[in-house]
Amino acid sequence: MLEWIKQPWPWYVAGPLIGLTVPALLLVGNKSFGISSSLRHACAACLPANIPFFKYDWKKEIWNLFFVAGILAGGLIAAQLLSNPGPVQVNAKLAEEMVTYGVTNYEGLVPKDLFAWPELLTARGIIMMVGGGLLVGFGTRYAGGCTSGHAIMGLSNLQFPSLITTISFMAGGFIVANLVLPFLLKL
Amino acid sequence: MNLNTQEPISEKKHHEFLTENTDFEVRSLDAVCFNESELNHPWWYNFKYAIAGLLFGVILVKAEVISWFRIQEMFRLQSFHMYGVIGSAVAVGMLSVFIIKKFKIKTIYNEPIEFVDKKLNKGNIYGGLLFGFGWALTGACPGPLFAQIGSGATVIIVTLFSALVGTWIYGYFREKLPH
Repeated sequence: MLEWIKQPWPWYVAGPLIGLTVPALLLVGNKSFGISSSLRHACAACLPANIPFFKYDWKKEIWNLFFVAGILAGGLIAAQLLSNPGPVQVNAKLAEEMVTYGVTNYEGLVPKDLFAWPELLTARGIIMMVGGGLLVGFGTRYAGGCTSGHAIMGLSNLQFPSLITTISFMAGGFIVANLVLPFLLKL
Repeated sequence: MNLNTQEPISEKKHHEFLTENTDFEVRSLDAVCFNESELNHPWWYNFKYAIAGLLFGVILVKAEVISWFRIQEMFRLQSFHMYGVIGSAVAVGMLSVFIIKKFKIKTIYNEPIEFVDKKLNKGNIYGGLLFGFGWALTGACPGPLFAQIGSGATVIIVTLFSALVGTWIYGYFREKLPH
């Protein structure tokens, strides 16, 4: 049993379980599944700076901060107790391309060749970790949600704006992954 | 018995309030506040959300959703995995929401479950594209950022902090941005 759990879970196991988060949060306390709002609550709690967007009673939304703290703990437990000892299996074409950028380490889910403390001293590392983070924070709030709030919760509730947003997420990702990263990764 | 007469009023109030604002997040926040005001649970009741988050985090790691490589495969159409995960999650979510609405299922505290309609604005497209750029770069959306840090990739703290700064910058320039 534990051996099976330690293997990477197939999509048809993981996807439905992720989907069940939607009714779980609704039934437990009438909460709409969403994660990027936690970043807003953290801003409101730490540095509201008199900005109207951050002037609200974030304490009433504290459930969301408990939820993301739980995700962090879940990551810790899965990595410490349930992790798959083998390297990450990737598509042969991707691996072939990655070699040309010097990405050859498949030990962790987060590639150590790209996301490591020393990488922060390189232009590539700064663009990917700092620039990427800024885009994630700014973009999700501008769009009013992330993959969980729009693609999963919004689509589950048949929201047309969420469909448009999800298509935009994918379009943005396709552009950068195919047209920008091949140059950026060579830096 | 009284509940039956009170419910439509709260519903109406709720929606009047919601039409005032175009930002879904603000509306949902206010909507939640509206609900929360009726219940005064001690703070530790929130631990049930931490447990839900913990299970969610384990799934993200075990399905390798937090892997930069899986995200690259998705955007290069080199693997069905991520499409399968998101697609089946949406299918289960849709069915759940349908059942909750159809049978008017209440929360475990016997409160009605509410849904808020989102209103389309330009931010859905502009913000969506910008997040898409960031998603391809970092290989993570906000949920996986937390799970990546938990799984031991400590440098992702920098990415999470940048995302917080990005959110703050959005709040600062919000009035000047097209919506």
